[in-house]
Amino acid sequence: MSIDISQFIQTFLEESFEGLDTMESLLLTLSADDSESIDAIFRAAHSIKGGAGTFGFGEVAHFTHGVETLLDEARAGRRLVSPEMVTLLLASVDCVRSMLVAARDGTTLDRARVAAIGRDIETSLKSGVGDQATSDQFAKSSAENTSRQPSAERNGWRIVFIPEVNVMRSGNDPLRLLQALEEFGEIKVTCHTAGLPSFDDLNPEECYLAWEILLEADTTRDSIAEVFEWVDGQCELTIEPLSEFTETMPQENSKLHAHLDVPEEGPGSTIQDSAIVEKVAPTANRNRGDSGSIRVNTDKIDALINMVGELVITQSMLGQLGLKLQSGTNEQCIEGLLEGLAQLERNTRELQENVMSIRMLPISFAFNRFPRMIHDLSESLGKQLKLKLTGEQTELDKNVLEKITDPLVHLVRNAVDHGIETPDVRVTAGKPAVGTVHLNAYHKGGNIVIEISDDGAGLNKARILAKAVERGLVPAGQALTDEQINDLIFAAGFSTADAVSDLSGRGVGMDVVRRNIKALGGSVEILSREGHGSSFIIRLPLTLSIMDGQLIEVANQSYVIPLISIVESLQVQQDSVKSVAGRGMVYRLRDEYIPVLFMQELLGTYIGNSKQLTDSLLVVVETEGQRAALVVDDLLGQQQVVIKALETNFKKVAGLSGATILGDGTVALILDVSGIISLSRHNLGLTRSIRTEEIKAA
Amino acid sequence: MNMGMNIGTTPAHPQANDFTGTGGEGDQFLTFILAGEEYGVDILRVQEIRGWTRTTAIPNAPHYLRGVINLRGTIVPIIDLRERFSMQPLEYGPTTVVIVVRAQGERRDRIMGIVVDAVSEVYSLKTSDLQPPPDLGSVVDEQFLQGLATVEGKMIILLDIDRLLNTGALEAEQVME
Repeated sequence: MSIDISQFIQTFLEESFEGLDTMESLLLTLSADDSESIDAIFRAAHSIKGGAGTFGFGEVAHFTHGVETLLDEARAGRRLVSPEMVTLLLASVDCVRSMLVAARDGTTLDRARVAAIGRDIETSLKSGVGDQATSDQFAKSSAENTSRQPSAERNGWRIVFIPEVNVMRSGNDPLRLLQALEEFGEIKVTCHTAGLPSFDDLNPEECYLAWEILLEADTTRDSIAEVFEWVDGQCELTIEPLSEFTETMPQENSKLHAHLDVPEEGPGSTIQDSAIVEKVAPTANRNRGDSGSIRVNTDKIDALINMVGELVITQSMLGQLGLKLQSGTNEQCIEGLLEGLAQLERNTRELQENVMSIRMLPISFAFNRFPRMIHDLSESLGKQLKLKLTGEQTELDKNVLEKITDPLVHLVRNAVDHGIETPDVRVTAGKPAVGTVHLNAYHKGGNIVIEISDDGAGLNKARILAKAVERGLVPAGQALTDEQINDLIFAAGFSTADAVSDLSGRGVGMDVVRRNIKALGGSVEILSREGHGSSFIIRLPLTLSIMDGQLIEVANQSYVIPLISIVESLQVQQDSVKSVAGRGMVYRLRDEYIPVLFMQELLGTYIGNSKQLTDSLLVVVETEGQRAALVVDDLLGQQQVVIKALETNFKKVAGLSGATILGDGTVALILDVSGIISLSRHNLGLTRSIRTEEIKAA
Repeated sequence: MNMGMNIGTTPAHPQANDFTGTGGEGDQFLTFILAGEEYGVDILRVQEIRGWTRTTAIPNAPHYLRGVINLRGTIVPIIDLRERFSMQPLEYGPTTVVIVVRAQGERRDRIMGIVVDAVSEVYSLKTSDLQPPPDLGSVVDEQFLQGLATVEGKMIILLDIDRLLNTGALEAEQVME
């Protein structure tokens, strides 16, 4: 019988990536005397090595072994944790990660880099180890095989391994153990077949064999015991130094040889293999599925189960009332029914909230990568950096979280590269030499706000403007507000960096950042003071799938406007409507002129001039600092709507962010306010004229 | 272009001429009526057949896209085939049906509904029974045709539903990264 090993590989990979993340975050905060962290890092490396060996990622196992050895020495106090070592270990973490990614995706691996770091590890293993070990000893062992552990005992070991009959039931395979031992050096294996029953009594799922292994390698007792860790308690195990053994028990040795004559690949070994594979399945059912999976706090699930319980109670209550009603209507029953329905509504809402919260993950999932990034950046840029994280527990939708990570990385990089100055510049400017990047997340009015601030130089407005003029983005001599200048950095291809570096300066990025954030239904804003630093403020909707909406009617069809983008709704005052250049119209709202957008025309559902403008309603909306007044036929109710993507079966439509299903089963389209505004510009090309009007009016 | 080659996955059998309407071997096709002509689509692509229900119009969409409907929680676009093929529009009546089909695209499969005059029959046809479509001029764009078949003396025009529903304004755009 064969089983699909790939599902376990998936689990192994997931766990390994987690392990690598753990290693990374611990390494970044590692100090020399923090034995607990070193232990944790070692354990992570150890399980990656073990898993990699089991699943046939020999290369990874081999590489990780070197790392593990290094860590083991640090753990045992034979090696001091130096910054160089941390850097090397971080590089190794990256290396293992790229190896695993290559294994998972079938991409090509930068072997040269792996080899280089592997050599670094070897060199470091050779050099800095404890004083008692001679260096040529290490040179020898490393040259032969990096996976050998340094040790004083050079003669090897005699291992007697007598597994229990049912050892294979726990998914262990003696063959693998022997193979693992072989990694230490040359082994001589003799198999003890005395326990074998007659063929009729033989159960292929049981192990009757025992082994005596002579291992000629300078390894430690611990590292051998480690190989047998998995069968701990399921076997009799003797490990003794070969020298001792050969001196004291040569006779016994020969005696053993007399009846230990069947080699390892004896009868039944293939049967064992297949039997074991079968046994692996139940023990390894921890597979968490593909990357579409999510980890949910058990509290949340308990709350859900409670909620469902209440729902069931409400349902049976309503059922009883229904029966009572059947036998004749009375006032009391109807009252009870209404009560029950109210309860049902409450239950549904709570249930909905709870289900939504399952999708919510703390933003620390995205923030966690930044300590490492800042660490690397400070090294490569020669800047002194401090990262401050606040509000890591702020929860947001898993989808949003996944999609916001890249923009965040980009913004943090920019903050460090463009924002924070070099230490000497900072000191001259009277600021502390260490620059601070602050990431903050919090909830605000149905939105998640993420701020990325730095105390660096701030945006250089003069330079941005000059560059924009040079690129023809802005006509020369035009006066722009600070906000408008800051906005220029989001233009495609815009860069003020004098030199293109690895990090930034290519001018791709900020426009992508903004596009990604917009695609999530969010916005990004810049606050900057020259010489004091800048902050990027990202606003995102809490969740992508449910929102509060205002139902409106245009040409007898219902649409939904996200409540969040509505500033106010009002009746048209005829004398406030002004026409601009005979093409567009603006509405004077208090001291502001707002472009008027006729929804019937924009939505291509023009049904004639049946309604005067004065009969219509204006919905004033705002997005990204722009306002517009939408002319709608009627305002209907407000309600929470579940957003359904139009892309699923159709495609993205300009001006719409999706659709929803109303209570009566019909579909209502959800308007995308910024899309509507750009649609109107596209259609009428009047924005510029209104802008100039606006400026004149102001 | 040899349109007859891309029908189904069943290899053509040597004994070719034993089709007898419904039943028998070969691929099954659902046929429907459109302006007096009989058209067919691969029945494996048909998800369901339903009556006409009011749609929600999509702004600035091509005229043949009637809008979207709620199909048990999914938003499904509805395409009027008469309009698609620039035929005279017909007022929707009690026999007007929407055939919900699964259109396979390069990037993903999509569920769409097509409005037809009436549903007709299910026939089994073999690849070898199909004739490549002749040059029809302008009525139905030749690229949407899979081939022609004759059943019980009637001509059936087989549509390439994937191509039809993935062309022009209906084409699926790149899914957002």
